[in-house]
Amino acid sequence: MTNENKAVLPLQNEKVSMQYRHHKLAEAAVQREILEHGRNGSDTMVPFQQKLSESGLYPLHPTGIQIFQLNVGKVCNQVCRHCHVDAGPDRREVMSRDTMRQCLAVLQQHPEFSVVDITGGAPEMNPHFRWFVEEVSKLNRKVMVRCNLTIILANKSYHDLPQFYKEHGVEVVSSLPFYTQDRTDRQRGEGVFEDSIKALQWLNDVGYGYENSGLVLNLVFNPAGAFLSPPQAQLEREYRKALLDNYGIRFNALFAITNLPISRYLDYLLQSGNYEKYMDKLVKAFNPVAAAGVMCRNTISVGWDGFLYDCDFNQMLDLKVSTAAKHISSFDAMALNSREIVVCQHCYGCTAGAGSSCGGAVT
Amino acid sequence: MNENHYYNAEDLQKFGSIGEFQQPLAEKFFGWYGEVFKDSELSAREKSLIALAVAHAVQCPYCIDAYSSDAFEKGWSEAQMMEAVHVAAAIKGGAALVHGVQMMNKVKEIAM
Repeated sequence: MTNENKAVLPLQNEKVSMQYRHHKLAEAAVQREILEHGRNGSDTMVPFQQKLSESGLYPLHPTGIQIFQLNVGKVCNQVCRHCHVDAGPDRREVMSRDTMRQCLAVLQQHPEFSVVDITGGAPEMNPHFRWFVEEVSKLNRKVMVRCNLTIILANKSYHDLPQFYKEHGVEVVSSLPFYTQDRTDRQRGEGVFEDSIKALQWLNDVGYGYENSGLVLNLVFNPAGAFLSPPQAQLEREYRKALLDNYGIRFNALFAITNLPISRYLDYLLQSGNYEKYMDKLVKAFNPVAAAGVMCRNTISVGWDGFLYDCDFNQMLDLKVSTAAKHISSFDAMALNSREIVVCQHCYGCTAGAGSSCGGAVT
Repeated sequence: MNENHYYNAEDLQKFGSIGEFQQPLAEKFFGWYGEVFKDSELSAREKSLIALAVAHAVQCPYCIDAYSSDAFEKGWSEAQMMEAVHVAAAIKGGAALVHGVQMMNKVKEIAM
């Protein structure tokens, strides 16, 4: 076996990011090209802009920034097959404390940004994570952390995360693609379901997920395949029953999120031959009501390096905000609130059916 | 039009067009169909699995495509779906075999 072959081996195991494997889809420009013109450059899909125009929504403008979302890094203890961030243990991009300070300064100047939504990767793996949560919790905002659950069990230094979250009144949003082991492990890796269940029990133990405890634990469903989410309310009932009956777990709400054709999920769609059918499904399910309520209208997304985006998906496609100032260091709220939101074919993912956002269905 | 086969997967998407020839009855059918599959005494999820089994019993390729996707999307596992198909097959097999009693009755009637 040559050295070259050895280097390729992790590809089959998929325990590393696409970037580590030098996969062509690790390049945002390659993804954008496929999304705009199809895999053979001959796509005839209706442009998203045209769909928005027909609904009187183009160009798309913000309704007012309320959610300040930070992606604090691409490092993660998991390598999920559907990850739009291409996160993994081999990634090195993490938000610096200086950039976090700049975010805190912006938040201080803008009390109208009522929600601080922290995501990653596994945000807890950023070395400044706890410091940032402590600082931001002093600003009297709702603080959400998108926790992959398994990080809590990953090693002893994370075991106290439920207590840490409780002390700072953090709302925990946790991915659990399904209430059965099979589907969860297929998407997120072997053993993830079992660890996720334990982590949820630990969160329950400190009071998370109980009504009136004031400690909110919301779950996130992602379809494990090339299909759309079932209705969110129905799914929530099934999750609630299965998790309580089988594991004694309680949670507050379930968010059903559509997978967007970006990064590793795009790779999955292309490799499994589902790309065209999936995109067709998204286009056919375009819902003007969902389009009017898309999350980019009240969100600003900050990347690990301080650049600003309309959402976490645009961030991964390297589509920065359309304003002249594109970095947290030159944050211009007035310009951002009147900007034109950058849209592309992947946006069909947020407007299909009941719609999809980081908070689940939008209609 | 390809006349060398009877089934075309793309025809499933055209199901709604049966109203072109008889609109009032089509409207009644699709309205009733939609009501049948709503959450009620049985959940939409349970109904999807029943539909999958029936699709196999009536051997309708369109229905099998539609309810394989629908049942999986509604959270049934591959093993559960295959068990539903076995239920359909067992009933079909049993339905054939139970006529063996009729055969026996007839033979006994005429045999010495």
